Amino acid sequence: MSIRETLLAQAAKRILLFDGAFGTMIQQEKLGEADFAGDLGLSASQAGNNDILALTRPDIIRTITTAYLDAGSDIVSTNTFSANRISQADYAAQDMVQQINLASARIARQAADEAEEKDGNPRFVAGAIGPTNKTLTLSPNVEDPGYREIGFDFLADVYRDQAAALIEGGADLILVETIFDTLNAKAAIFAVRALERELGREIPIALSMTLTDLSGRNLSGHTVEAFWYSVRHAKPLAVGLNCSFGAEQLRPYVQELGKISESLVLAYPNAGLPNELGEYDEPPETTAQKLSGWATGGHANILGGCCGSTPEHIAAIADAVRGVAPRTIPDVQPATRLAGLEPFTVAA
Amino acid sequence: MSNLDQDTATIGAPTARFVNIGERTNVTGSARFKKLILEGDYPAAVEVARQQVENGAQIIDVNMDEGLLDSEEAMTTFLRLLAAEPDIARVPTMIDSSKWDVIEAGLKCVSGKPIVNSISLKEGEEQFLEQATKCMDYGASVVVMAFDETGQADTKERKVEICSRAYRILTEAGFPAEDIIFDPNIFAVATGMEEHDRYALDFIEAVAEIREACPHVHCSGGLSNLSFSFRGNETVRRAMHSVFLFHAIPAGLDMAIVNAGQLDVYDMLDPQLREACEDVILCRRPDATERLIALAESYRGKSREDEKQEAEWRGWPVTRRLEHALVKGIDTHVVADTEEARLEIAAREGRTIEVIEGPLMDGMNVVGDLFGSGKMFLPQVVKSARVMKKAVAHLIPFIEEEKTANSRSAGKIVMATVKGDVHDIGKNIVGVVLQCNGYEVIDLGVMTPWTKIIETAKAEGADIIGLSGLITPSLDEMVTVAQEMQRAEMDLPLLIGGATTSKVHTALRIDPAYDGPVIHVLDASRAVGVASNLLSDTQKDAFVEKTAAEHEKVRVSRAGKTGSALHPLADARANRFMADFSQKPAAPAKPGVHVFDAWDLADLRETIDWTPFFSAWELAGTYPAILQDPVVGESARSLFADAQDMLDRIIDENWLTARAVCGFWPCKAVEDDVVLDDDTLLPFLRQQVKKSRDRANFCLSDFIDPQGDWIGGFAVGIHGIERHLARFAMDTDDYSDILLKALADRFAEALAERVHQHVRTDLWGYAPQEALSNEDLIRENYKGIRPAPGYPACPDHTLKPVLFDLLDANANAGLTLTESQAMLPTAAVSGFYFGHPDSQYFGVARIGEDQLADYAARRSMDVETAERWLRPNLH
Repeated sequence: MSIRETLLAQAAKRILLFDGAFGTMIQQEKLGEADFAGDLGLSASQAGNNDILALTRPDIIRTITTAYLDAGSDIVSTNTFSANRISQADYAAQDMVQQINLASARIARQAADEAEEKDGNPRFVAGAIGPTNKTLTLSPNVEDPGYREIGFDFLADVYRDQAAALIEGGADLILVETIFDTLNAKAAIFAVRALERELGREIPIALSMTLTDLSGRNLSGHTVEAFWYSVRHAKPLAVGLNCSFGAEQLRPYVQELGKISESLVLAYPNAGLPNELGEYDEPPETTAQKLSGWATGGHANILGGCCGSTPEHIAAIADAVRGVAPRTIPDVQPATRLAGLEPFTVAA
Repeated sequence: MSNLDQDTATIGAPTARFVNIGERTNVTGSARFKKLILEGDYPAAVEVARQQVENGAQIIDVNMDEGLLDSEEAMTTFLRLLAAEPDIARVPTMIDSSKWDVIEAGLKCVSGKPIVNSISLKEGEEQFLEQATKCMDYGASVVVMAFDETGQADTKERKVEICSRAYRILTEAGFPAEDIIFDPNIFAVATGMEEHDRYALDFIEAVAEIREACPHVHCSGGLSNLSFSFRGNETVRRAMHSVFLFHAIPAGLDMAIVNAGQLDVYDMLDPQLREACEDVILCRRPDATERLIALAESYRGKSREDEKQEAEWRGWPVTRRLEHALVKGIDTHVVADTEEARLEIAAREGRTIEVIEGPLMDGMNVVGDLFGSGKMFLPQVVKSARVMKKAVAHLIPFIEEEKTANSRSAGKIVMATVKGDVHDIGKNIVGVVLQCNGYEVIDLGVMTPWTKIIETAKAEGADIIGLSGLITPSLDEMVTVAQEMQRAEMDLPLLIGGATTSKVHTALRIDPAYDGPVIHVLDASRAVGVASNLLSDTQKDAFVEKTAAEHEKVRVSRAGKTGSALHPLADARANRFMADFSQKPAAPAKPGVHVFDAWDLADLRETIDWTPFFSAWELAGTYPAILQDPVVGESARSLFADAQDMLDRIIDENWLTARAVCGFWPCKAVEDDVVLDDDTLLPFLRQQVKKSRDRANFCLSDFIDPQGDWIGGFAVGIHGIERHLARFAMDTDDYSDILLKALADRFAEALAERVHQHVRTDLWGYAPQEALSNEDLIRENYKGIRPAPGYPACPDHTLKPVLFDLLDANANAGLTLTESQAMLPTAAVSGFYFGHPDSQYFGVARIGEDQLADYAARRSMDVETAERWLRPNLH
């Protein structure tokens, strides 16, 4: 069975658990510059470069990953949100991108394989690809709305390099997450398609959008439905929403996506909204209670956490959704579904 | 159409059963949009898109297929700007181009799910699938044209066959059937060709079969083609479109590229017209076309009445006969009629001048009104003027005998083509139009120094000065004239016109040099309005203020604009175009210089590109379609017939001599220079504008191998025009004057084309097998280019003397240059030959100070001189 088939078979039986935040967990370790920098000898300070820990403190990444697996995660992601040439350039670490992704994927692979061996439940590694800090759709220059900092081909190339290393390191699928710019995501899809042809094998994709505010649009202006039509050609294994805000505010959008998507629906909100100190303090039980409502409502197939969530949150969610039937995939009739910032369907 | 299952997931999305695709943001369909894009006025172009969406377009079609554009760049720029406009970007985009590279550039900018328009089997299955796969990778629906390896489908059977085949290929490759939109080609009906009669019906029937045979697909079409034969007759066009959709939509047509404002409600159509349209579209009777054409006439005027008048008008009273002769441009009886009118007036002891002030001016006023309201076109106006001039010439001796004051003049205008420039067709047309409207025009001809212009204006007490020029150095000369008018403390209005002039240049450079009013006149049809405003006591101040405000607006908006970013010259050079020099043509079969003393004019006649000929007369449209154009067709046919008559005489009576010289020289590229083996230096300019994609920054030297190569050059000219022009002047025949000049220009272009062909097939001989039709020649479907100094790829006019020396163009082709590097005789073309198959035309556009300094050094000029010649490329 292919990875896609195995995962779909599992998802047909129960709600699958994704992992929680890496950043929150790394913060708790109170690491110093020496931990981040290791002996790589890079020219810039590495403090805050969470992704490079795969090379300099692999033990910490391994511990966090294992903690999530122990808490019940069926799918764990690699700690590679910013492990692309564009973001790593901020740390003068753009040349380390391949090594970081390889190492990170290997850590996750090993941890997942060991967990699978322990209890026999299949585990999956999602190679995580963040949006980078550049956008293809918006001009950073108010005076010149036609200006773009980067182009499609360049970004696709950046994504291709990251995805290739993640797959080589053992990732089962590529998770394009926190999509604030739909065109960035389209470049990632384009890159993964090209990589599939290069490698001569299928690489399943999961896509997760992030909303900018309660208007229900991402930064490039797409509504959830328009976003879905814009990326549906990826035939993603799962599509969903992450980050943005807490479960409370995210619910209507997850529900909307659940009605229109023929892919699995994935949702991993933040642990509530940040408090006045900028910290997430929603207790695991509260998060779990809200997400169990999504489960019983049949809105989602894969649940997890984003900013502020911990293995405790995942364990609480796992408890809350145990035995709840997963979302059934709706029967979506063929129709021409186009999109600008808003969706447009031509009657069949 | 099946009903949409209400349970399917389309909660937020509007669901459309018939989709209007906005067509206004299409350079091939909208003259206005094309103009905006060519002028780089993207903010206004974005507004066009906004209006379309506001007016209900559910998808907007964007097309940048225009020879003068870098279409990929334009597509990228425009789509990125649209992305910044949420009101526009909310609807899906249709990326429309016949060039895949342009489509792909568009796909890289669109964040939603667009439609690609279009791909087809034209180049075979492999390319078709490759492009379809790309569409899947980018996430786009696709319009598939009913076009295959053997051509475009015209019959129902072919349409269905090609679409079914494309459907099979696509769905087998995993392309979602619902993302396929077939365009089974809407062709023009009622063309008078019997084989076109079934086009609409075949389309409708094909749509029904395609929707049946290919589940989930859609069908679309470009509606404006259908009624092409009735261009200009909006009533009939709208009726045809409505009737067509009425029948095609139930058959399964569910999208159309259409001007939504151009549709009428089927039931509201005039039943007689509706039936006639239905007969044509459904091919219901053999005489359907004739019946619709006959009926169409009644929707746009009184041409049948005109025919009756034809026979009658000679029986009318003399004043009406004169008016008729003027409006129709008939000079056969004009002297006799004028004499009759003079005698009538003399019999009641009136003065001869009353003939002019009365019936003749009345007639010309009618002409002016018709022209002003777009009901008459330039060739007719010029013919009318000829009639007027003949009448006036007949009257002058009588007037002088009566020793009365000159005829009442609406105003006195001094006109001139500026120093260094020899082009005057446009100026002559404006002069004629002004004269038609009662202005006295003092035409100083071509190459007029500013001293003469100012002296004449003062001596004659002129009310207005009008300047004209065609080549770019003339822009500077106009600034000089303005400065000198200022120094002479004049305050009369200055009009600026000619092909390279613009409102922007006028506002930025000429207006600030002169305190009096400066007005750019876009074309001849505007001249009268401008002149009458300027000479009106009541309207002048408001008009001058309005123009000044417009100029100020241009200046302010320019001041805020830094223009597109430039690469430093070194970076632009690093981003040079990399030609594959393994593909360069072999050395010329016949090197050296070749001279042609008298190319056969009859041969050139076959090669004439007529479209620019019509545009010289301000008749817009492409030859030969323009001859059938419902608006200007009549005018174009009559002009064309006159041109053919004159061509017969030119050839039979050897009026003109076509001389040409060309040559080839071994050379190599050294950076941006081409260095000939005899050390002649040909420095070229490189594009410096930063491009948003991986496009090279071109320089002509990129097409020449640094390891050794060949370059060619040519100069051609048409001699012998002067004595004929003198003859026409004697006859006060402006019409023939302008006609002959326009034809001589066409001969020069045709000669350049023929010589180039001879070079490719024989003299250089790199394409000995080339066999191209005249159409292919006009479209430049051959390998190699011939850029001319002073044109976009090679903007420096001062390379002409270098080229002329290499060719000894003076001795070999009788050509000379003015101080502004205009060629004499006026009907002349010169340029360089680049033979490399990758060589292509481009525009150097804006260059930086660094390249200016570098170029000046390479050209051994001081920077100020270089700046003067390259000014249009500097700001």
